[in-house]
Amino acid sequence: MPSTRDIRRRIKSVKNTAQITKAMQMVASAKMRRAQQAALAGRPYATLMNEVLAAATAGAGEFTHPLMEKRAVVKKRALILITTDKGLCGALNTNLLREAAKWDKDTTVFICAGKKGAQWAGRLKRELAAEFTYKDTPQFAEARAISKFAQDLFLSGQVDVVDVVYTNFINTLVQKPEQRQLLPLGEIKALEAGLEGESQGEKLGEATREYLFEPVAATVLGNLLPHYLNYQVFQFLQEAKASEQSARMVAMKNATDNAKQIIKDLTLEYNKLRQANITKELLEITTAQMAMGN
Amino acid sequence: MAATLKLEIVTPEAKIYSEDVDMVTLPGIEGEMGIYPMHISLMTQIAHGEIVAKKGGVDHYLATGEGFVEITGDRVAILTDMAIKADDIDEQKAEEARKKAEARLAEKLTDEETATVQAALLHSLTQLNVKRRNRR
Repeated sequence: MPSTRDIRRRIKSVKNTAQITKAMQMVASAKMRRAQQAALAGRPYATLMNEVLAAATAGAGEFTHPLMEKRAVVKKRALILITTDKGLCGALNTNLLREAAKWDKDTTVFICAGKKGAQWAGRLKRELAAEFTYKDTPQFAEARAISKFAQDLFLSGQVDVVDVVYTNFINTLVQKPEQRQLLPLGEIKALEAGLEGESQGEKLGEATREYLFEPVAATVLGNLLPHYLNYQVFQFLQEAKASEQSARMVAMKNATDNAKQIIKDLTLEYNKLRQANITKELLEITTAQMAMGN
Repeated sequence: MAATLKLEIVTPEAKIYSEDVDMVTLPGIEGEMGIYPMHISLMTQIAHGEIVAKKGGVDHYLATGEGFVEITGDRVAILTDMAIKADDIDEQKAEEARKKAEARLAEKLTDEETATVQAALLHSLTQLNVKRRNRR
Protein backbone atom coordinates (compact mmCIF):
# COMPACT_ATOMS: atom_id res chain seq x y z
CA MET A 1 0.00 0.00 0.00
CA PRO A 2 1.62 3.27 -1.08
CA SER A 3 1.62 6.17 1.30
CA THR A 4 -0.08 9.46 0.48
CA ARG A 5 3.29 10.98 -0.10
CA ASP A 6 4.15 8.38 -2.74
CA ILE A 7 0.94 9.08 -4.57
CA ARG A 8 1.48 12.83 -4.40
CA ARG A 9 4.91 12.38 -5.88
CA ARG A 10 3.54 10.27 -8.72
CA ILE A 11 0.82 12.78 -9.50
CA LYS A 12 3.43 15.48 -9.76
CA SER A 13 5.60 13.49 -12.12
CA VAL A 14 2.68 12.58 -14.35
CA LYS A 15 1.67 16.23 -14.41
CA ASN A 16 5.12 17.14 -15.65
CA THR A 17 4.91 14.56 -18.39
CA ALA A 18 1.50 15.83 -19.41
CA GLN A 19 2.88 19.33 -19.64
CA ILE A 20 5.66 18.24 -21.94
CA THR A 21 3.43 16.16 -24.20
CA LYS A 22 0.96 19.02 -24.33
CA ALA A 23 3.69 21.40 -25.43
CA MET A 24 4.89 18.96 -28.06
CA GLN A 25 1.35 18.60 -29.31
CA MET A 26 1.05 22.36 -29.74
CA VAL A 27 4.35 22.57 -31.58
CA ALA A 28 3.47 19.64 -33.81
CA SER A 29 0.08 21.04 -34.68
CA ALA A 30 1.56 24.39 -35.64
CA LYS A 31 4.20 22.71 -37.77
CA MET A 32 1.61 20.37 -39.20
CA ARG A 33 -0.46 23.21 -40.50
CA ARG A 34 2.56 24.67 -42.23
CA ALA A 35 3.62 21.32 -43.66
CA GLN A 36 0.13 20.58 -44.90
CA GLN A 37 -0.11 23.97 -46.55
CA ALA A 38 3.21 23.47 -48.25
CA ALA A 39 2.17 20.05 -49.49
CA LEU A 40 -1.13 21.41 -50.78
CA ALA A 41 0.40 24.49 -52.38
CA GLY A 42 2.72 22.28 -54.39
CA ARG A 43 -0.09 20.27 -55.89
CA PRO A 44 -1.03 22.53 -58.83
CA TYR A 45 2.60 22.46 -59.90
CA ALA A 46 2.78 18.70 -59.56
CA THR A 47 -0.47 18.28 -61.47
CA LEU A 48 0.64 20.52 -64.29
CA MET A 49 4.04 18.89 -64.41
CA ASN A 50 2.42 15.50 -64.72
CA GLU A 51 0.23 16.73 -67.53
CA VAL A 52 3.11 18.32 -69.37
CA LEU A 53 5.31 15.29 -69.03
CA ALA A 54 2.61 12.84 -69.98
CA ALA A 55 1.85 14.91 -73.05
CA ALA A 56 5.52 15.28 -73.85
CA THR A 57 6.40 11.62 -73.63
CA ALA A 58 3.31 10.69 -75.60
CA GLY A 59 3.97 13.37 -78.21
CA ALA A 60 7.66 12.75 -78.58
CA GLY A 61 7.22 9.58 -80.56
CA GLU A 62 10.12 7.17 -80.56
CA PHE A 63 12.17 9.13 -78.12
CA THR A 64 13.74 7.29 -75.22
CA HIS A 65 15.93 8.60 -72.48
CA PRO A 66 18.49 6.70 -70.38
CA LEU A 67 16.31 7.33 -67.35
CA MET A 68 13.48 5.46 -69.02
CA GLU A 69 15.51 2.38 -69.89
CA LYS A 70 13.91 -0.79 -68.56
CA ARG A 71 16.52 -3.43 -67.84
CA ALA A 72 15.67 -7.03 -68.52
CA VAL A 73 17.45 -8.47 -65.50
CA VAL A 74 17.07 -6.67 -62.20
CA LYS A 75 20.15 -7.55 -60.24
CA LYS A 76 20.27 -4.74 -57.77
CA ARG A 77 17.61 -2.44 -56.40
CA ALA A 78 17.83 0.80 -54.52
CA LEU A 79 15.26 1.92 -52.04
CA ILE A 80 14.84 5.50 -50.97
CA LEU A 81 13.50 5.29 -47.46
CA ILE A 82 11.94 8.46 -46.16
CA THR A 83 11.53 8.33 -42.40
CA THR A 84 11.54 10.87 -39.64
CA ASP A 85 14.50 12.15 -37.67
CA LYS A 86 12.88 11.89 -34.29
CA GLY A 87 10.60 9.41 -32.63
CA LEU A 88 7.50 10.16 -30.56
CA CYS A 89 5.22 10.02 -33.53
CA GLY A 90 3.22 6.90 -32.90
CA ALA A 91 3.46 3.91 -35.19
CA LEU A 92 4.54 5.97 -38.20
CA ASN A 93 8.09 4.69 -38.48
CA THR A 94 7.19 1.17 -37.42
CA ASN A 95 4.68 0.86 -40.21
CA LEU A 96 7.08 2.40 -42.66
CA LEU A 97 9.95 0.13 -41.73
CA ARG A 98 7.77 -2.93 -41.87
CA GLU A 99 7.13 -1.98 -45.47
CA ALA A 100 10.83 -1.44 -46.08
CA ALA A 101 11.71 -4.82 -44.57
CA LYS A 102 10.00 -6.49 -47.53
CA TRP A 103 12.91 -5.58 -49.77
CA ASP A 104 15.45 -8.33 -50.11
CA LYS A 105 18.46 -7.56 -47.96
CA ASP A 106 21.09 -8.98 -50.31
CA THR A 107 20.07 -7.22 -53.48
CA THR A 108 18.93 -3.89 -52.13
CA VAL A 109 20.89 -0.81 -51.25
CA PHE A 110 19.19 1.72 -49.04
CA ILE A 111 19.21 5.46 -49.46
CA CYS A 112 17.88 6.92 -46.25
CA ALA A 113 16.34 10.31 -45.70
CA GLY A 114 15.85 10.80 -41.99
CA LYS A 115 17.78 9.33 -39.10
CA LYS A 116 15.31 6.63 -38.10
CA GLY A 117 15.69 4.83 -41.39
CA ALA A 118 19.47 4.94 -41.22
CA GLN A 119 19.45 3.57 -37.68
CA TRP A 120 17.18 0.79 -38.77
CA ALA A 121 19.38 -0.09 -41.72
CA GLY A 122 22.41 -0.17 -39.46
CA ARG A 123 20.69 -2.35 -36.90
CA LEU A 124 19.52 -4.91 -39.42
CA LYS A 125 22.81 -4.90 -41.33
CA ARG A 126 21.33 -3.58 -44.54
CA GLU A 127 23.51 -2.04 -47.16
CA LEU A 128 23.32 1.70 -46.67
CA ALA A 129 24.34 3.69 -49.73
CA ALA A 130 23.78 7.16 -48.36
CA GLU A 131 22.07 9.05 -45.63
CA PHE A 132 20.39 12.37 -46.21
CA THR A 133 18.70 14.77 -43.88
CA TYR A 134 15.85 17.11 -44.52
CA LYS A 135 14.52 20.02 -42.56
CA ASP A 136 11.11 20.66 -41.05
CA THR A 137 10.26 22.56 -44.19
CA PRO A 138 11.84 20.44 -46.91
CA GLN A 139 14.00 22.44 -49.29
CA PHE A 140 14.08 21.75 -52.98
CA ALA A 141 17.87 21.52 -52.81
CA GLU A 142 17.61 18.66 -50.32
CA ALA A 143 15.28 16.76 -52.61
CA ARG A 144 17.59 17.46 -55.53
CA ALA A 145 20.54 15.96 -53.69
CA ILE A 146 18.66 12.75 -52.94
CA SER A 147 17.23 12.45 -56.41
CA LYS A 148 20.59 13.20 -58.04
CA PHE A 149 22.24 10.48 -56.01
CA ALA A 150 19.59 7.95 -57.02
CA GLN A 151 19.81 8.96 -60.67
CA ASP A 152 23.58 8.57 -60.64
CA LEU A 153 23.29 5.09 -59.16
CA PHE A 154 20.79 4.18 -61.81
CA LEU A 155 22.62 5.68 -64.76
CA SER A 156 25.95 4.15 -63.79
CA GLY A 157 24.27 0.75 -63.78
CA GLN A 158 24.88 0.05 -60.12
CA VAL A 159 21.19 -0.44 -59.59
CA ASP A 160 18.49 -1.36 -62.06
CA VAL A 161 15.42 -0.15 -60.21
CA VAL A 162 14.89 2.65 -57.73
CA ASP A 163 11.89 2.55 -55.44
CA VAL A 164 10.67 4.94 -52.80
CA VAL A 165 8.97 4.13 -49.53
CA TYR A 166 7.40 7.09 -47.79
CA THR A 167 4.35 7.98 -45.76
CA ASN A 168 1.55 9.41 -47.80
CA PHE A 169 -0.42 12.10 -46.09
CA ILE A 170 -4.12 11.38 -46.42
CA ASN A 171 -5.49 13.41 -43.57
CA THR A 172 -4.57 14.34 -40.04
CA LEU A 173 -5.60 10.98 -38.66
CA VAL A 174 -4.61 8.72 -41.52
CA GLN A 175 -1.14 8.37 -42.98
CA LYS A 176 -0.32 5.42 -45.11
CA PRO A 177 3.10 3.99 -45.87
CA GLU A 178 3.39 3.76 -49.61
CA GLN A 179 5.88 2.55 -52.14
CA ARG A 180 6.45 3.92 -55.58
CA GLN A 181 8.84 3.15 -58.35
CA LEU A 182 10.96 6.14 -59.20
CA LEU A 183 13.25 4.70 -61.86
CA PRO A 184 13.14 3.62 -64.60
CA LEU A 185 10.52 6.13 -65.57
CA GLY A 186 7.60 4.27 -66.97
CA GLU A 187 4.23 5.72 -67.60
CA ILE A 188 3.70 9.02 -65.94
CA LYS A 189 1.12 8.43 -63.32
CA ALA A 190 -0.76 10.87 -61.18
CA LEU A 191 1.36 11.84 -58.22
CA GLU A 192 -1.46 12.40 -55.81
CA ALA A 193 -3.51 9.46 -54.74
CA GLY A 194 -6.65 10.66 -53.09
CA LEU A 195 -7.80 14.17 -53.83
CA GLU A 196 -7.35 14.45 -57.56
CA GLY A 197 -6.13 10.98 -58.34
CA GLU A 198 -8.96 9.53 -60.34
CA SER A 199 -9.91 12.45 -62.50
CA GLN A 200 -6.28 13.01 -63.32
CA GLY A 201 -5.70 9.43 -64.33
CA GLU A 202 -8.31 9.76 -67.03
CA LYS A 203 -7.10 13.05 -68.28
CA LEU A 204 -3.53 11.85 -68.72
CA GLY A 205 -4.66 8.92 -70.81
CA GLU A 206 -6.08 10.95 -73.64
CA ALA A 207 -3.16 13.29 -74.10
CA THR A 208 -1.92 12.13 -77.47
CA ARG A 209 -1.35 15.44 -79.16
CA GLU A 210 1.69 15.72 -81.40
CA TYR A 211 4.12 18.25 -80.07
CA LEU A 212 6.72 20.36 -81.65
CA PHE A 213 9.85 20.65 -79.58
CA GLU A 214 12.16 23.56 -79.41
CA PRO A 215 15.10 23.23 -79.71
CA VAL A 216 14.76 19.42 -79.95
CA ALA A 217 12.88 16.76 -78.04
CA ALA A 218 16.03 15.25 -76.61
CA THR A 219 17.14 18.50 -74.99
CA VAL A 220 13.78 19.47 -73.60
CA LEU A 221 12.96 16.03 -72.25
CA GLY A 222 16.53 15.57 -71.13
CA ASN A 223 16.06 18.56 -68.88
CA LEU A 224 12.48 17.91 -67.98
CA LEU A 225 12.88 14.31 -66.82
CA PRO A 226 15.51 14.89 -64.13
CA HIS A 227 13.59 17.93 -62.98
CA TYR A 228 10.46 15.86 -62.78
CA LEU A 229 12.25 13.29 -60.62
CA ASN A 230 13.67 15.96 -58.36
CA TYR A 231 10.29 17.46 -57.94
CA GLN A 232 8.73 14.11 -57.24
CA VAL A 233 11.21 13.44 -54.46
CA PHE A 234 10.50 16.92 -53.15
CA GLN A 235 6.80 16.12 -53.07
CA PHE A 236 7.53 12.85 -51.26
CA LEU A 237 9.50 14.73 -48.63
CA GLN A 238 6.69 17.18 -48.12
CA GLU A 239 4.13 14.44 -47.80
CA ALA A 240 6.37 12.62 -45.35
CA LYS A 241 6.82 15.76 -43.30
CA ALA A 242 3.13 16.51 -43.18
CA SER A 243 2.51 12.91 -42.12
CA GLU A 244 5.16 13.07 -39.44
CA GLN A 245 3.81 16.21 -37.87
CA SER A 246 0.22 14.99 -37.87
CA ALA A 247 1.24 11.60 -36.48
CA ARG A 248 3.20 13.33 -33.78
CA MET A 249 0.35 15.61 -32.93
CA VAL A 250 -2.07 12.71 -32.61
CA ALA A 251 0.40 10.65 -30.59
CA MET A 252 1.04 13.54 -28.24
CA LYS A 253 -2.63 14.25 -27.89
CA ASN A 254 -3.18 10.63 -26.86
CA ALA A 255 -0.31 10.85 -24.43
CA THR A 256 -1.72 14.01 -22.89
CA ASP A 257 -5.16 12.44 -22.56
CA ASN A 258 -3.71 9.34 -20.97
CA ALA A 259 -1.69 11.39 -18.54
CA LYS A 260 -4.78 13.33 -17.56
CA GLN A 261 -6.66 10.09 -16.98
CA ILE A 262 -3.87 8.78 -14.77
CA ILE A 263 -3.84 12.02 -12.80
CA LYS A 264 -7.57 11.67 -12.28
CA ASP A 265 -7.28 8.08 -11.10
CA LEU A 266 -4.36 8.86 -8.85
CA THR A 267 -6.13 11.85 -7.33
CA LEU A 268 -9.10 9.67 -6.53
CA GLU A 269 -6.88 7.10 -4.91
CA TYR A 270 -5.04 9.80 -3.03
CA ASN A 271 -8.24 11.25 -1.63
CA LYS A 272 -9.53 7.84 -0.64
CA LEU A 273 -6.31 7.12 1.17
CA ARG A 274 -6.32 10.51 2.84
CA GLN A 275 -9.85 9.99 4.06
CA ALA A 276 -9.02 6.50 5.26
CA ASN A 277 -6.11 7.94 7.19
CA ILE A 278 -8.26 10.61 8.82
CA THR A 279 -10.87 8.04 9.76
CA LYS A 280 -8.20 5.81 11.16
CA GLU A 281 -6.75 8.62 13.22
CA LEU A 282 -10.15 9.62 14.53
CA LEU A 283 -10.80 6.03 15.47
CA GLU A 284 -7.53 5.88 17.31
CA ILE A 285 -8.26 9.07 19.22
CA THR A 286 -11.75 7.98 20.24
CA THR A 287 -10.52 4.54 21.24
CA ALA A 288 -7.79 6.14 23.34
CA GLN A 289 -10.28 8.50 24.92
CA MET A 290 -12.65 5.71 25.72
CA ALA A 291 -9.82 3.73 27.24
CA MET A 292 -8.81 6.76 29.35
CA GLY A 293 -12.42 7.45 30.43
CA ASN A 294 -12.85 3.95 31.75
CA MET B 1 -11.68 29.48 -82.78
CA ALA B 2 -10.06 30.43 -79.62
CA ALA B 3 -9.67 34.16 -79.39
CA THR B 4 -7.76 34.04 -76.15
CA LEU B 5 -5.05 31.99 -74.55
CA LYS B 6 -5.31 30.59 -71.09
CA LEU B 7 -2.05 31.52 -69.45
CA GLU B 8 -1.17 29.47 -66.42
CA ILE B 9 1.99 30.05 -64.44
CA VAL B 10 2.72 27.79 -61.52
CA THR B 11 5.68 27.49 -59.20
CA PRO B 12 6.26 24.83 -56.55
CA GLU B 13 4.90 27.26 -53.98
CA ALA B 14 1.72 28.40 -55.61
CA LYS B 15 -0.26 29.13 -58.72
CA ILE B 16 0.90 32.61 -59.63
CA TYR B 17 -1.16 33.48 -62.64
CA SER B 18 -4.16 31.97 -64.33
CA GLU B 19 -6.01 34.20 -66.74
CA ASP B 20 -7.21 34.46 -70.30
CA VAL B 21 -4.89 36.69 -72.29
CA ASP B 22 -4.62 37.85 -75.88
CA MET B 23 -0.92 37.26 -76.33
CA VAL B 24 2.12 36.14 -74.38
CA THR B 25 5.78 36.92 -74.85
CA LEU B 26 8.16 34.40 -73.34
CA PRO B 27 11.90 34.42 -72.75
CA GLY B 28 12.69 31.16 -74.56
CA ILE B 29 16.16 29.70 -74.21
CA GLU B 30 16.81 30.44 -77.85
CA GLY B 31 15.40 33.90 -77.81
CA GLU B 32 12.20 35.67 -77.10
CA MET B 33 9.02 34.32 -78.58
CA GLY B 34 5.53 35.63 -78.88
CA ILE B 35 2.61 33.27 -78.65
CA TYR B 36 -0.79 34.04 -80.12
CA PRO B 37 -3.92 31.90 -79.85
CA MET B 38 -4.03 28.92 -82.22
CA HIS B 39 -0.32 28.44 -81.93
CA ILE B 40 0.90 24.99 -82.89
CA SER B 41 1.46 22.60 -79.98
CA LEU B 42 4.92 23.28 -78.71
CA MET B 43 7.06 22.21 -75.82
CA THR B 44 10.03 24.31 -74.88
CA GLN B 45 12.13 25.72 -72.10
CA ILE B 46 12.38 29.26 -70.84
CA ALA B 47 15.29 31.07 -69.29
CA HIS B 48 15.41 33.81 -66.69
CA GLY B 49 13.62 36.81 -68.00
CA GLU B 50 10.38 38.59 -68.47
CA ILE B 51 6.97 37.29 -69.41
CA VAL B 52 4.64 39.81 -70.98
CA ALA B 53 0.98 38.98 -71.00
CA LYS B 54 -1.16 41.21 -73.17
CA LYS B 55 -4.71 41.42 -72.04
CA GLY B 56 -7.22 43.88 -73.38
CA GLY B 57 -4.51 46.25 -74.59
CA VAL B 58 -2.73 46.30 -71.25
CA ASP B 59 0.62 44.62 -70.74
CA HIS B 60 1.26 42.65 -67.59
CA TYR B 61 4.85 41.99 -66.73
CA LEU B 62 6.19 39.08 -64.73
CA ALA B 63 9.71 38.15 -63.76
CA THR B 64 10.38 34.47 -64.20
CA GLY B 65 13.04 31.87 -63.56
CA GLU B 66 14.02 28.84 -65.57
CA GLY B 67 11.28 26.47 -66.47
CA PHE B 68 9.27 24.58 -69.02
CA VAL B 69 6.43 25.66 -71.22
CA GLU B 70 3.70 23.66 -72.79
CA ILE B 71 1.83 25.44 -75.52
CA THR B 72 -1.35 24.20 -77.11
CA GLY B 73 -3.76 26.11 -79.31
CA ASP B 74 -5.68 27.60 -76.43
CA ARG B 75 -3.38 27.28 -73.47
CA VAL B 76 0.08 28.24 -72.32
CA ALA B 77 1.21 26.36 -69.24
CA ILE B 78 4.41 27.51 -67.62
CA LEU B 79 6.25 25.56 -64.96
CA THR B 80 8.95 27.59 -63.36
CA ASP B 81 10.85 27.85 -60.11
CA MET B 82 10.07 31.55 -59.77
CA ALA B 83 7.43 33.91 -61.04
CA ILE B 84 6.62 37.30 -59.63
CA LYS B 85 4.37 40.01 -60.98
CA ALA B 86 6.27 43.19 -61.67
CA ASP B 87 4.07 45.13 -59.26
CA ASP B 88 4.87 42.69 -56.47
CA ILE B 89 8.62 42.89 -56.82
CA ASP B 90 10.22 44.51 -53.84
CA GLU B 91 13.19 46.27 -55.34
CA GLN B 92 15.01 46.71 -52.08
CA LYS B 93 14.65 43.09 -51.14
CA ALA B 94 15.80 41.94 -54.55
CA GLU B 95 18.80 44.24 -54.34
CA GLU B 96 19.67 42.85 -50.92
CA ALA B 97 19.29 39.30 -52.16
CA ARG B 98 21.56 40.13 -55.07
CA LYS B 99 24.27 41.53 -52.81
CA LYS B 100 24.01 38.58 -50.48
CA ALA B 101 24.27 36.09 -53.32
CA GLU B 102 27.26 37.92 -54.77
CA ALA B 103 28.97 37.89 -51.39
CA ARG B 104 28.36 34.17 -51.04
CA LEU B 105 29.77 33.51 -54.47
CA ALA B 106 33.05 35.06 -53.39
CA GLU B 107 33.37 32.41 -50.68
CA LYS B 108 34.59 28.92 -51.27
CA LEU B 109 31.66 26.71 -52.10
CA THR B 110 30.98 23.23 -53.29
CA ASP B 111 29.56 22.80 -56.78
CA GLU B 112 26.11 22.15 -55.43
CA GLU B 113 26.16 25.31 -53.33
CA THR B 114 27.52 27.38 -56.15
CA ALA B 115 24.67 26.28 -58.36
CA THR B 116 22.14 27.21 -55.69
CA VAL B 117 23.65 30.62 -55.08
CA GLN B 118 23.96 31.34 -58.75
CA ALA B 119 20.31 30.49 -59.21
CA ALA B 120 19.43 32.86 -56.37
CA LEU B 121 21.56 35.57 -57.93
CA LEU B 122 19.86 35.14 -61.28
CA HIS B 123 16.48 35.31 -59.59
CA SER B 124 17.19 38.62 -57.97
CA LEU B 125 18.85 40.05 -61.06
CA THR B 126 15.85 39.15 -63.17
CA GLN B 127 13.52 40.74 -60.69
CA LEU B 128 15.56 43.91 -60.67
CA ASN B 129 15.73 44.03 -64.46
CA VAL B 130 12.02 43.60 -64.88
CA LYS B 131 11.22 46.13 -62.22
CA ARG B 132 13.59 48.77 -63.58
CA ARG B 133 12.57 48.34 -67.16
CA ASN B 134 8.97 48.73 -66.19
CA ARG B 135 9.45 52.02 -64.50
CA ARG B 136 10.71 53.66 -67.63
